[in-house]
Amino acid sequence: MTELDFSKINWDEMRTATGDTLLMMGYATLFTFLIGLPLGILLYSFSRSNHWFIGLLYRVLSLIVNILRSVPFVILIVALIPLTRAIVGVSMGVQGTIPPLVIGAAPFFARLVETALREVDRGVIEASQAMGASPLQVIRKVLLPEALPGLIAGMTITAVTLVSYTAMSGMVGGGGLGDLAIRYGYYRYQMEVMIVSVVFMVILVQLLQMIGDRFVIYFTRK
Amino acid sequence: MIELKQLTKTYGTKKKATTALSGLNLTVKKGEIFGVIGHSGAGKSTLIRCINLLERPTEGEVWVGGVELTKLKRRELQLQRRKIGMIFQHFNLLSSANVYDNIAFPLKLMGVPKAQISAKVNELLELVGLAQHQKKYPAQLSGGQKQRVGIARALASDPDVLLCDEATSALDPQTTDSILNLLLEINRKFNLTILLITHEMHVIQRICDRVAVIHQGGIVEEGPVAEVFLKPKHAVTREFISRELADEEGFRQVSSVPLPAWARLVRITFLGAKTYESVLSQVVRETGVNFAILQGTISTIKDIPYGQLTVSFEGDNAKVDETLKLLRERDLDVEVIG
Repeated sequence: MTELDFSKINWDEMRTATGDTLLMMGYATLFTFLIGLPLGILLYSFSRSNHWFIGLLYRVLSLIVNILRSVPFVILIVALIPLTRAIVGVSMGVQGTIPPLVIGAAPFFARLVETALREVDRGVIEASQAMGASPLQVIRKVLLPEALPGLIAGMTITAVTLVSYTAMSGMVGGGGLGDLAIRYGYYRYQMEVMIVSVVFMVILVQLLQMIGDRFVIYFTRK
Repeated sequence: MIELKQLTKTYGTKKKATTALSGLNLTVKKGEIFGVIGHSGAGKSTLIRCINLLERPTEGEVWVGGVELTKLKRRELQLQRRKIGMIFQHFNLLSSANVYDNIAFPLKLMGVPKAQISAKVNELLELVGLAQHQKKYPAQLSGGQKQRVGIARALASDPDVLLCDEATSALDPQTTDSILNLLLEINRKFNLTILLITHEMHVIQRICDRVAVIHQGGIVEEGPVAEVFLKPKHAVTREFISRELADEEGFRQVSSVPLPAWARLVRITFLGAKTYESVLSQVVRETGVNFAILQGTISTIKDIPYGQLTVSFEGDNAKVDETLKLLRERDLDVEVIG
């Protein structure tokens, strides 16, 4: 074991990697939200229906979500390479990482959305139905505002999960801090690069959690 | 205003079906406060939820304001529901919205312009006495205040009917009284028809004009409150009333005490202004019989005073008969019970 020498670190590369991670995170979080939220609402609504066909739809959708959630992310990236190419044109780098990130995280977030919506008091939903709210109004004006703290908490958990996913994508040349930690730190025994990359990711996770918690507290009226 | 025809509601599949309501008929007139009383499980919750079709009856018709709700399509039903306000035992306010926004909620659903909403909400805030709390969230309010918000919200769309689902059951006695007074006030002010369900006879006695007793999914007794209250026919009704009149227990003890053979046990019921008249003493002075009061209540039903005395008359048989006759002539309800 050699002495640690942080001067060996290529800070330019570190800066680029940090930027890449933030980029991947930002896009992946955005698309996960845009896909996961409607998916979660759909799961919730389908699970409430008494109709046999919608019940069947729920089971099919639920199965797909479960499959996507149970496949290890590393395998998912590889398996999705053809799809990724079709969507963004490349299968590596920042761009190539975003589709698998979203496909891995959206079902996870959708489940959290479904759970958060289920927490909404049934009485409040009934009251709004009694006032003549349409199903869409119930979703927009009752379910989403009432579940907001739960949705933000779910988004925070998802964002943190995405940090570890971006790191994993480094295994297959995804770019970013995880990529750096694996290529320099793990394969080339550059302990310093690994330590700094990991510390950066810890800080990132801490920041995300803190911001998320603040918002949850701000929006909690109970 | 509200008419239920042959309302039946069963839960579950055919093999394991449980019946909540069986062929129930009920009519509520415009402007009256109608109470439905029953034990938990008697079907009263299902009944009130069937009126705005939060639960769809298995069979039967629901008419509100001349419209058959059970025939309507979903969109039409949504529009009709705006004419039916509802308040709940657990208030069911939006926890994420403040008092003002909770009251404005039904108006926002209807797409009413902002200025109009603001005028209406401020008027309602005044009515329920919560103007200074309009920026608070439900979690910061007491139970009584929450129910006031619930009432204001239910009135926002100017409904013809107000449904009260155990609206005071989660409140303490004082708060219950203030909420009941508010309901009475809005009933008089807006000539609003109110249908309430409860398990407390006290609620019926305080504000209702007519009452129905529900038992095992059907109505077993129905009529003006004073009539049902003072002359209950069904065992379930008697049970509810005896819980309200603490002295019923005392009466049972009285009736087990052996009385002299010549004494006659009589229950006399006064209603209205007669409650305060000296009818009894006038009559006995005339006939010369003696009496002992064994048990008695004087109270009010809504605003009508009433009294009920259990009296034992002692004296010549013919004179006691004469006394009872004179009492009846003075329009008192006299019932010989022993």
